[in-house]
Amino acid sequence: MPPDGPAESTVTKAVKRKPRTQTGKARSTAKAASRQTVSIAFTGSGGAGVMTAGQMLLDAAAKAGWYGQMTRSSGPQIRGGEAAAFVRLSSEPVIAPNNVFDIMVAFDWMNIDRFVDEIPLDERSLILSDPEAGEMPAALAKQPAAKADLALATVAKEVPGGRPNMVALGAVSTLIGLSEEKVVAPITKALERKGVDAIRASMAAVKAGRKAVKGARTDYRLPVSIGTDRKERWNISGNEAIGLGALRAGMRFVAAYPITPATEILEWLAPNLEKLDGSMVQAEDELASINMIIGASFGGIPSLTATSGPGLALMMESIGLAVAAEVPIVVVNVQRGGPSTGIPVKSEQSDLNIALYGLHGDAPHIVTAATSITDCFFTAQWSVHLAEALQCPVILMSDQQLGQSRTVADRPKAQPHVAKRLTALPGTEDYNRYALTESGVSPMATPGTPGTTYVADGLEHTERGRPSSQSKDHLAQLDKRARKLETFAFGDHWAEIDGEGETVVLTWGSSTGPALEAAKMVRAQGGKVKVVSLRLLMPAQTDRLEAEVKDAKRILVVEQSHSRQFYRYLRAFYDLPFEPEVFAQPGPLPIRPLQVQTLLTDGQKRS
Amino acid sequence: MNKVNATASLSPKDYKSDYKPVWCPGCGDFSVLASVTKALAALAVPREDAAIVSGIGCSSRIPAYTNVYGFHGVHGRALAVASGLKIARPDLTVLCMGGDGDGFSIGGNHFLHACRRNVDITYVVMDNQVYGMTKGQASPTTDCEWEGSKLTPYGTGVSTFLPLGVALSAGANFIARSFSGNPNDVAELIAQAIQHPGFSFVEVLSPCVTFRPEQRGWKDIVRPAPAEPTSDPELAGKRLLGDDGFNMGVLYVGNRPAYETPIEAKSIRIAKIERAFSL
Ligand SMILES: Cc1ncc(C[n+]2csc(CCOP(=O)(O)OP(=O)(O)O)c2C)c(N)n1
Ligand code: SF4
Repeated sequence: MPPDGPAESTVTKAVKRKPRTQTGKARSTAKAASRQTVSIAFTGSGGAGVMTAGQMLLDAAAKAGWYGQMTRSSGPQIRGGEAAAFVRLSSEPVIAPNNVFDIMVAFDWMNIDRFVDEIPLDERSLILSDPEAGEMPAALAKQPAAKADLALATVAKEVPGGRPNMVALGAVSTLIGLSEEKVVAPITKALERKGVDAIRASMAAVKAGRKAVKGARTDYRLPVSIGTDRKERWNISGNEAIGLGALRAGMRFVAAYPITPATEILEWLAPNLEKLDGSMVQAEDELASINMIIGASFGGIPSLTATSGPGLALMMESIGLAVAAEVPIVVVNVQRGGPSTGIPVKSEQSDLNIALYGLHGDAPHIVTAATSITDCFFTAQWSVHLAEALQCPVILMSDQQLGQSRTVADRPKAQPHVAKRLTALPGTEDYNRYALTESGVSPMATPGTPGTTYVADGLEHTERGRPSSQSKDHLAQLDKRARKLETFAFGDHWAEIDGEGETVVLTWGSSTGPALEAAKMVRAQGGKVKVVSLRLLMPAQTDRLEAEVKDAKRILVVEQSHSRQFYRYLRAFYDLPFEPEVFAQPGPLPIRPLQVQTLLTDGQKRS
Repeated sequence: MNKVNATASLSPKDYKSDYKPVWCPGCGDFSVLASVTKALAALAVPREDAAIVSGIGCSSRIPAYTNVYGFHGVHGRALAVASGLKIARPDLTVLCMGGDGDGFSIGGNHFLHACRRNVDITYVVMDNQVYGMTKGQASPTTDCEWEGSKLTPYGTGVSTFLPLGVALSAGANFIARSFSGNPNDVAELIAQAIQHPGFSFVEVLSPCVTFRPEQRGWKDIVRPAPAEPTSDPELAGKRLLGDDGFNMGVLYVGNRPAYETPIEAKSIRIAKIERAFSL
């Protein structure tokens, strides 16, 4: 219970409340006394500093030893429009969006209707809003959440140079049990360049925010600091992790055309490629990007481009060229809502079809998928390795939810995968670029190597690389290109497998997190669930997946698409023992763990 | 740019492959092939240090007939492949070759941006004012009144593309025109283009004897440009837009520095980059 201060503000009164007893099965594990996770939504219009508040809260929580994740949601405006920062903090690794928000801080009500669906609230939630912003819109007023005033603007005005978002940061940090000292570091870091005065003003605003909620309810607090013996943690976004993983593998050339939500990959890579003596070109369009990386890779340099659905569609013809000419490349596709320009700023898993089937001709290629924000690091590194080892294009699938979210997580394990291409020796006699080898992979001469000049060709060709339209050459080369992928040992990385049980969840990409968290909840109630998230979508690892489901009594497919693309893919490539259940929800709403959990537990009751 | 091979001196023949061209007898592209091998031999570029990149079309078949590294990609994207190759491998001598359809129609956007970007490559377009490979349709450089195609029986009726003028305004650093019937001139111009820093553009009028037999008559029309090359874009612009397309020779020599990626080796270790994420 909070102590009753003598000069209690209206805010404090409204926010002060006894920790309520548990209601609703969804939150059965979130006991007030031993809360493990807390979720905060900051919303506001442009310039309100919503994202800054969210970012600093995540950084401060990381200082306190908590794990966390921040996702962002924004309206269509280029600059200024309304925005929301969603922060989930926990004493355990955060792998999925939260089911319900505990605290929502509304800086104003500008276009708040656009976000209401993305901010589920229940009777244990608290909406803090500035009375100066006017009346609470009906969509929120009717929510079961508690409501309280927090005079962000007024409090900020009393502090010279103070800003409302820092007041909000102060208030929220107090409510969730973060000490003031933890907030200092991120502010100092973020405002370093603006000088001491800016830092002082922000700290003063944070203090004022803390004071404004002094004595408020304590049931949103996370345990004070976790031990000091913890492993090294990283603060990284999925898009940055893709860049880093690719660099780790030895990728050194990027050509790309900016597109949301992939652009941060390029922004991060540009300076860092330069540090490693690689290069980046901003191309005139995606047709140029893909062909530039093909040219660079033909020159012997491991290369990558990053795009989203519309760009991937433009690249398709030339990805086929990379298949035919056997040029290793990695194409990262950070999915957004489609088709067409669709919903550029929000997530969906609806580019699966084009990645799998978008190429004309019989064009065996590799499709990989990151399973989490931190796995973007592993999967990118592995993808570069695969492309180079198999002299084949890899389409690496990520999505907005993974790419533009930032996580505080344990440092991903170091991986051995590097770019290692089978090259031709200088002066190889009778060099045949497309020689029919047992593995299907043939030595690729690098320009500059004497005695092995050849022409890389998108026309069907002989082993020598000469154009041919003869059936025997076509068949031999089709077989060769297919064989590369069929005989390669992809190892255990084809999927992430969690748990054991006769109920099996099959999923991929950013749907993996909610599925894993749901499985954990079901297990906590005594249920048994196995989750299989596919990292290697193509070539399909048929035997392996079939082995994972052969003893299943129930199969639930979880994906974020309208036409059940992942389900259809599963049906096309694998013999499932029976018809699975499908939970397919299109974007832009993220799949929440509770949705999957409910399907799993309801189903168990049924059987 | 080009490495000079001091030891072995190679003849043009050494740059040719033993692979027989698919071209029609009399096609202008034969002599362009002879010219490019001659230019490479004259500059003594080691075979392994040269690369010829092309798209799709009769003319784009050229890499296979040479003995250097080659890339025969998809229709219209050759300049992008060539740019990527040269930026990633600045040590190579990179040529990009193809037709007017490949370069100015489907690949038109890349043409503009290759001129702007000014990567140190040489672009040779075998301009026959027709799509040879697909059997005789109008291309961007086709005269608007040409009625020889089933697709445009009354002529295209649209403005003819002026590649040299476009190249100049987009920023190409070296602009020349030649005629395949004068292979020594073509070889000389290609050699100059290779040696000139930045993006060099050589238009070679190369008759399609099958679909534009009247182009055989070009040999009687072409003439040396009446003035010395200029590096004044304004003057070059006037000349390029004013001529009838048959003035031969170097028409513009720019002095823009070629595209460069930061070359100073930094060689920072990746572990250091990673540390930025560590808490
Ligand atoms: C994407 C695509 N569209 C169309 C074609 C068909 N095509 C092949 S070559 C060509 C035109 C070639 O004309 P040009 O570049 O002038 O070369 P030429 O054959 O005259 O030397 C066309 C339209 C193709 N290969 N790819
Ligand atoms: S069709 Fe025309 S361009 Fe093609 S090879 Fe024959 S003559 Fe040459």
